[in-house]
Amino acid sequence: MVNVIWVMMLVIGIIYALFNGTLEEVNQAIFESADQAISLVIQLMSVLIFWLGIMKIAERAHILKALSSFFRPLITRLFPELPRDHPVIGYILSNITANIFGLGNAATPMGIKAMEEMQTLNQSKDTASRSMITFLALNTSGLTLIPTTVIAIRMQYESTAPTEIVGTTIIATVISTISALLLDRFFYYRSVWRK
Amino acid sequence: MSIITTISLSIIPLFILIVLLVATWKRLPAYELFVEGGKEGITLAISILPFLLGMLVAITVLRSSGALDAFIQLITPLLSWLGFPPDIVPLGLIRPVSGTAALAMTTELIQTHGPDSFIGRLASTMQGSTDTTLYILTIYFGAIGIKRIRYALKVGLLADLIGIIASVIVVSWIF
Repeated sequence: MVNVIWVMMLVIGIIYALFNGTLEEVNQAIFESADQAISLVIQLMSVLIFWLGIMKIAERAHILKALSSFFRPLITRLFPELPRDHPVIGYILSNITANIFGLGNAATPMGIKAMEEMQTLNQSKDTASRSMITFLALNTSGLTLIPTTVIAIRMQYESTAPTEIVGTTIIATVISTISALLLDRFFYYRSVWRK
Repeated sequence: MSIITTISLSIIPLFILIVLLVATWKRLPAYELFVEGGKEGITLAISILPFLLGMLVAITVLRSSGALDAFIQLITPLLSWLGFPPDIVPLGLIRPVSGTAALAMTTELIQTHGPDSFIGRLASTMQGSTDTTLYILTIYFGAIGIKRIRYALKVGLLADLIGIIASVIVVSWIF
């Protein structure tokens, strides 16, 4: 699936550029975006090093375990496959909390760590497990309750009420998160029935 | 609102404080653990790089060739016939694919229509209520070397679609 999408994006882009006369832009885009990817990863590396360092201390101090036992009922509902009291639940909770408060910088390292922990529990290492997909469904549907960036843009263009969209954002986020979880369940059970 | 901002600002420093206090109380070598965990960050970031670079180049080629714009223009009449405000269609289509492009579009929409217009409010809500599905899948699956992602993309994109429709309905209903 990913292979097809990736090839399609490039092939369609290049063929369209041939007829549209935008080959020069495409040429430039290839090298500029490759450059951009490097700087993105460097930015990501700085937060990864910091947060994975802090989270290692938290893990050894059993803070993640305490956190996960507190929210256990909710998490076992969402992730029935994960063993109880496993540190992965602590990472999932940290990722969700950081997302809710709009702390994207902290959310990504904890999310990646959660994925790593789920990978150690995964039986076939090149295939996404059920828990991983549920976790990513949660992440892709937003989860953000406080859209800090949007509020900042609205302030910049002199909105009379920059924060008035918080309410609508929360409602839309809740709707898309619930739909993501329902869709995740639907496709999971469909894949089980097919076997 | 100010309460929420205060919580957002203090949650990270407070979390670090609690972690360090508990670690000290349990007599753990906090600095050594920090360094040990941090090292994982380096290898992780490096392992994500090819996934991220590959996706980013493909998306940028599609955008800069003009193919994406052409597709959006092609599909806009259909979507506005279904009741979607035509100005918002490009943002809805780009939101799951490219985070930076979506942010630029939101800014542009707020600038031209005004932050307190219907389009301005709708763009703000859409920008805030969904995330860049393709980026998240690339980073998270890339970091751990998953090749078969099964139904993850379907779930992510369909949830985005529902989130966008929900934004249109909620914004027209509330304001």
